[in-house]
Amino acid sequence: MIRDKGNFISAACLAVFGIYVISVAARLDYVSEVGPGPGFFPLWLGIGLVLFASGLMLASLSISRSKAKGESKSWKAAGRALAAWLALMVAIALLGSIGFAVSFIVLTMFLIVALDRRPTLLAVGVGIGLAVSFHLIFVVALDVSLPKAFWGF
Amino acid sequence: MEDLGNLLLGFSVALTPVNLFWCLVGVILGTMVGVLPGLGPAATIAMLLPLTLKMDHTTAIIALAGIFYGARYGGSTTSILLNIPGESSSVVTCLDGYQMARQGRAGAALGISAIASFVAGTVGVLGLMLVAPPLARFALRFAPPEYFALMVLGLAMVVFLAGESMVKALLALLVGLWIATIGTDLFTAESRFTFGQVKLLGGVDFIAATVGVFAIGEVMVNLESQGGAEIFKLAKGLRNLLPTLQDLKDCRFAFLNGSVIGFVVGALPGAGATVASFLSYGLEKAVSRHPEKFGTGVIEGVAAPEGANNADAGGALVPLLTLGIPGGNTTAILLGGLILWGYKPGPLLIQEHPELFWGLVASMYIGNVLLLVLNLPLVPLFAQILRLPYYVLYPLILGISIVGVYSVNNSLFDVWMMGLFGLLGYLMRKLDFPAAALILGMVLGDGLERALRQSLMMSQGDITILAARPISGTLLFFAAVILCLPVVRKVRSWRIEAIERES
Repeated sequence: MIRDKGNFISAACLAVFGIYVISVAARLDYVSEVGPGPGFFPLWLGIGLVLFASGLMLASLSISRSKAKGESKSWKAAGRALAAWLALMVAIALLGSIGFAVSFIVLTMFLIVALDRRPTLLAVGVGIGLAVSFHLIFVVALDVSLPKAFWGF
Repeated sequence: MEDLGNLLLGFSVALTPVNLFWCLVGVILGTMVGVLPGLGPAATIAMLLPLTLKMDHTTAIIALAGIFYGARYGGSTTSILLNIPGESSSVVTCLDGYQMARQGRAGAALGISAIASFVAGTVGVLGLMLVAPPLARFALRFAPPEYFALMVLGLAMVVFLAGESMVKALLALLVGLWIATIGTDLFTAESRFTFGQVKLLGGVDFIAATVGVFAIGEVMVNLESQGGAEIFKLAKGLRNLLPTLQDLKDCRFAFLNGSVIGFVVGALPGAGATVASFLSYGLEKAVSRHPEKFGTGVIEGVAAPEGANNADAGGALVPLLTLGIPGGNTTAILLGGLILWGYKPGPLLIQEHPELFWGLVASMYIGNVLLLVLNLPLVPLFAQILRLPYYVLYPLILGISIVGVYSVNNSLFDVWMMGLFGLLGYLMRKLDFPAAALILGMVLGDGLERALRQSLMMSQGDITILAARPISGTLLFFAAVILCLPVVRKVRSWRIEAIERES
């Protein structure tokens, strides 16, 4: 019986990943004319991954029930963190088309208004303030290039 | 006596107003680029190199060396305050430095980092002055089997990075090693694990991965609760912002450990400050009276790696100046500069151009003092960043992360990778996998595979070459001892339990 779901699932994923590494490494040369080939090192890494992941799976079958309960509880708040991550990925996707400044302001507004339920005006102020600071420090002072839109920033 | 005379000659060169001015400019610029993630000393020196062609050559090398060791110090600031490693060698500083900041000891962490950098930087310069030629000859005895053993010793440090589960730490390490294999194979130019992405042919950008795992992962964990987690306590009063006498006393061994390991590893071409910082952290934890507290905000956990990555700057100049061998990107660019200016770095450089060598040595003494004088008063100012409300702090961290990662290669792909590694870092925190073990694998993977395959080529497949040579055998023995430590501890705790049960 599985006592620690989190550990068991992560170990199972790592074991599958290890099998994938082995399968790719097996298609590469293990030995080349000059010595060990490109498949040599990843093959042993894959084997190590499968072995240790199997060990973790076995260990997760015997871990105490109380510990497992505590762990499942901590996942309840993950929704907010994942929403923030999705917002970050959307902002990254927009960097090429609307530039760093605007996509950063949009991201900041999402974090402050949607996730933190604070006034929109505050979010706009923080977003613009930080975007201007970044522009002054990195673009103007340090000559670092940032993704731009057609309007120039 | 001869060295003293040479050093006096060096000071007479370094203390001229123009050299002093450029030394100051160098350390300030270095600290600034160290603070910003992504923009490292190699890129800055490369950008400024053309400007130095019209300068006096000794002045130029003094300014560029100032950037080099200034950046080593600067990297700790964002690691401690925001959990964003400014430099790859500052990754380990995040472990205890950021935890100290969360407990209201950001000032003490920044202060001890400045002091450790000063002490170790000075030891590094002393080493450069006194043992450069013999150490350079010793470093030349490092062939692939010795490098393999050194990398294994570095990997053994995973024992000290593991939290509750050693198996999880080893799994994280293996994933890190696998990430290092992504891209074009070192020997056959065959692509591996690139998922059809041309941009992965050059491998995964290290800064993108570390910023993702540490900074983005941390922000995600803190954003779980509405209103943000109350992450920072702040000490009141200037006195509480600086390290105490007790802190300095606690860090005595850390200063020594960081200085020696940083200098020796720095002198080995290809090993680098990141390896030195991991090794010194591991050693510090191994000899500590409270190893279980490492990772929760222990001041020695900041002093040792910060010392190591600064002493490394002195060590890295040993093979460069005495043999003409660059140990890493930054020293390779410095070598280019020396050749551009008409010097031939090698065994005769010190004899033929004493003013250059001794001027540089003396300027590094002065530069280390300047770094301390400049940075200690700035500690309270830097610590104020933690007073920002979280709804400003989190977007600030995300913004610095995006800008820092993008600025390395002007690549949006790297920013995507940072986002993906951010999710990985978050999941690792939630599942109690140590993120530092993953980074350790990434740092050492490339060098480990190269050294292993070169060794096996040397011996035509005979694996005993790895342990048969004296230096590699000794290093592997130490690695094996370190790897056995958790088993020994476990057996000891079982014995104590058994004795208690019996009594």
